[in-house]
Amino acid sequence: MNADFTAEELAFQEEVRTFLQQEFPQEFKAKVDAGIRLTKEETVRWQKILYKKGWAAPNWPAEYGGTGWTATQKYIFATEMGLIGAPEPVAFGMKMVAPVIMTYGTEEQKQRFLPDILESNVWWCQGYSEPNSGSDLASLKTTAVRDGDEYVVNGSKTWNTYGQYADWIFCLVRTDSTVKKQEGISFLLIDMKSPGISLKPIVLLDGHAEVNEVFFDDVRVPAENLIGEENKGWTYAKLLLTHERTNIAGVPRSKRRLEALKRTAANTDDGFGGNMANNAIFARKLADVEIQLQALEYAELRTLAALSVGKAPGPESSILKIVGTELAQQMDEMFVELAGYHCLPFVPEQFEDGFQGEPIGPGTTAATALNYFNMRKLSIFGGSNEIQRNIICKAVLGL
Amino acid sequence: MDFSYTEVQQMLQDQVQKFVQKSYDFETRNKIIESEKGYSEENWALFAELGWLTVPFSEEDGGLGGSAVDLMVMMEEFGKANLVEPYLANAVLAGGLISRLAGADSKAALLESLMTGGVQLACAYAETGSRFNLANVSTVANTEGDAIVLNGEKVAVLNAANAEKILVVARESGAVADREGISVFIVPADADGLSVRKFPTIDGRQAGIVKLNGVTLSATNRLGAAGTALSALEEVIDQATVGVCAEAVGALEMLLRKTVEYSKTRNQFGVPIGTFQALQHRMADMFIECQLARSITIMAAMKLDSSASPAEKTKAVSAAKSKVGKAIQLVGQEAIQIHGGIGTTEELDVGHYFKRVTALNVLFGDADFHSERFASY
Repeated sequence: MNADFTAEELAFQEEVRTFLQQEFPQEFKAKVDAGIRLTKEETVRWQKILYKKGWAAPNWPAEYGGTGWTATQKYIFATEMGLIGAPEPVAFGMKMVAPVIMTYGTEEQKQRFLPDILESNVWWCQGYSEPNSGSDLASLKTTAVRDGDEYVVNGSKTWNTYGQYADWIFCLVRTDSTVKKQEGISFLLIDMKSPGISLKPIVLLDGHAEVNEVFFDDVRVPAENLIGEENKGWTYAKLLLTHERTNIAGVPRSKRRLEALKRTAANTDDGFGGNMANNAIFARKLADVEIQLQALEYAELRTLAALSVGKAPGPESSILKIVGTELAQQMDEMFVELAGYHCLPFVPEQFEDGFQGEPIGPGTTAATALNYFNMRKLSIFGGSNEIQRNIICKAVLGL
Repeated sequence: MDFSYTEVQQMLQDQVQKFVQKSYDFETRNKIIESEKGYSEENWALFAELGWLTVPFSEEDGGLGGSAVDLMVMMEEFGKANLVEPYLANAVLAGGLISRLAGADSKAALLESLMTGGVQLACAYAETGSRFNLANVSTVANTEGDAIVLNGEKVAVLNAANAEKILVVARESGAVADREGISVFIVPADADGLSVRKFPTIDGRQAGIVKLNGVTLSATNRLGAAGTALSALEEVIDQATVGVCAEAVGALEMLLRKTVEYSKTRNQFGVPIGTFQALQHRMADMFIECQLARSITIMAAMKLDSSASPAEKTKAVSAAKSKVGKAIQLVGQEAIQIHGGIGTTEELDVGHYFKRVTALNVLFGDADFHSERFASY
């Protein structure tokens, strides 16, 4: 039993580290460290750098332009990316729709869509949740009615992340309402420029319109954009969810956040002549977070070791999602705690690109509460943590 | 990276599982607890024969190799069986001190008799006021001419009444909590001035308070050089801590398993209580805590077996014990709660596992202690 990397894996780790140090643009790193979002253009630029290196899609099979890496190599890559703060490529194309197209799409669909995803030429977004279908996703009501060579789509989708940037949307739509709810769903790819699509931004608690409601009003979609068979969409959607859960533990990001938290604590006055790193209660919380992070890391490594000997990703990924997101949220909360009074300013624009005014500080303390608000999403999206517990009960405990 | 067991580890696990299946059911265990010695001498002889008592020792000491991962694999099975035989007191604590401190001659003889099951030992380190600080030793060892005289009182000495020899941690110089000045003495249980107040523990084991009232020894009873035993003691306790973490991981898994089974068969309101989501999610949380406890125990055992620095090892051990301590509280309490009234009785084994993990939480420092120790490194 050992948790060591082989010589080859260590060499690979070095290669990844060197590449990221040289190629992840300094100005992006500065933004990430300061809690400022990258713009669409910056995100695409970074993804194209990864593409040029051949590393844009670690999880894709080599035949589609993926890396052909082992599970351990993928882990090393994700870890190094997280430690330096380099964002993973936007998941909707690379990690979500692409595996579905690869597995269930026609040859024509693969050639039409996959290269543009790999090269970051096309931005994808997701059309799953609806105002009345959240955790009970299969109850969705957006309809697609076949009319000749087209489907006519009507309804609305919500929690659509960065639809304002997107060229295409993949949707779950109802094609049969007379059968069991899971058996009347289809998987449809829709061009966002189609007449009849409109977006309504949803402003989140941090003042940023990260998500939208998307409305479909008699939107005509060529039938060739259907993935696989009609009414089999739920099966395809489930495949997508398992891919969405890889790297969900977020250990590298949390390690980076923990180091930042320790630095911040040491630089934060306690008001009595000392600093917050030496505050007994805060230090205790820091220790417990670090311990929990170690437990999570080894839980992930155990899962990874099982994967690398050919076992399928099981409900263990639900543990990683629950613990990983709750830990990340706990740290976000601790940043707010350290900021004290300085968490109060609600000036979201100072963390948007191109802000010219005088920033309110100190440092990025005024971003702490915004981030805390935003990150409440972690335990809700990707199958809420309650749904993950249901999965554990059903798949592991047999309840 | 490889989390699979070696052949030896696989064999150890199989052996313990077979033994438990054949000769260690709930009733048998209860009879053993009620016996005079509180453990089965027959079982002890079998453990020796199977080589289990050699697991914590290096090959040059005549042991299996002394790997923490080996110990972890075996003690997890002990935890699943809620085994009461005094393995920890003998092989891990007393044996650990002997192998690290004793001179070549006495070491070979002592370890030989330990590993063959020929002697019962105990290790007396804790005191009334020491809590979990191993350096806090007020039992004194004064040199009087050629003799050494011990005075003091040791508490929570596991296996004290059965022990033929007791390893006593005592101070030869310095103030009460100094790191220097601490020695370990091997004391015959029948020495003049030594008395044991025997008591059963909350988890069905035997322990005692050891009183030392002018116990007179010769310098040959001292293990190692005078006043320098603390770091060896800390190393032994760290090894033992990983052992009890593993034992807890085994016991917690049983608590989870038994709770889930019970919830599938216990009907209320016309349905099994396991169909209620209020209980399901709590069992999911128990499962998560069990997995995290297991993961971090593996981390600590691997760290002890690695070439990491002593500080890194200690930090890893404290991380594990802290996390396991928290898991003990959550999983243990929820197991009783979900069983309901029957869980609060002596009738079901679930309560006995709960009592065992409660004791394991305290041994060598609880979650709070180890969080603080982790933070101090």
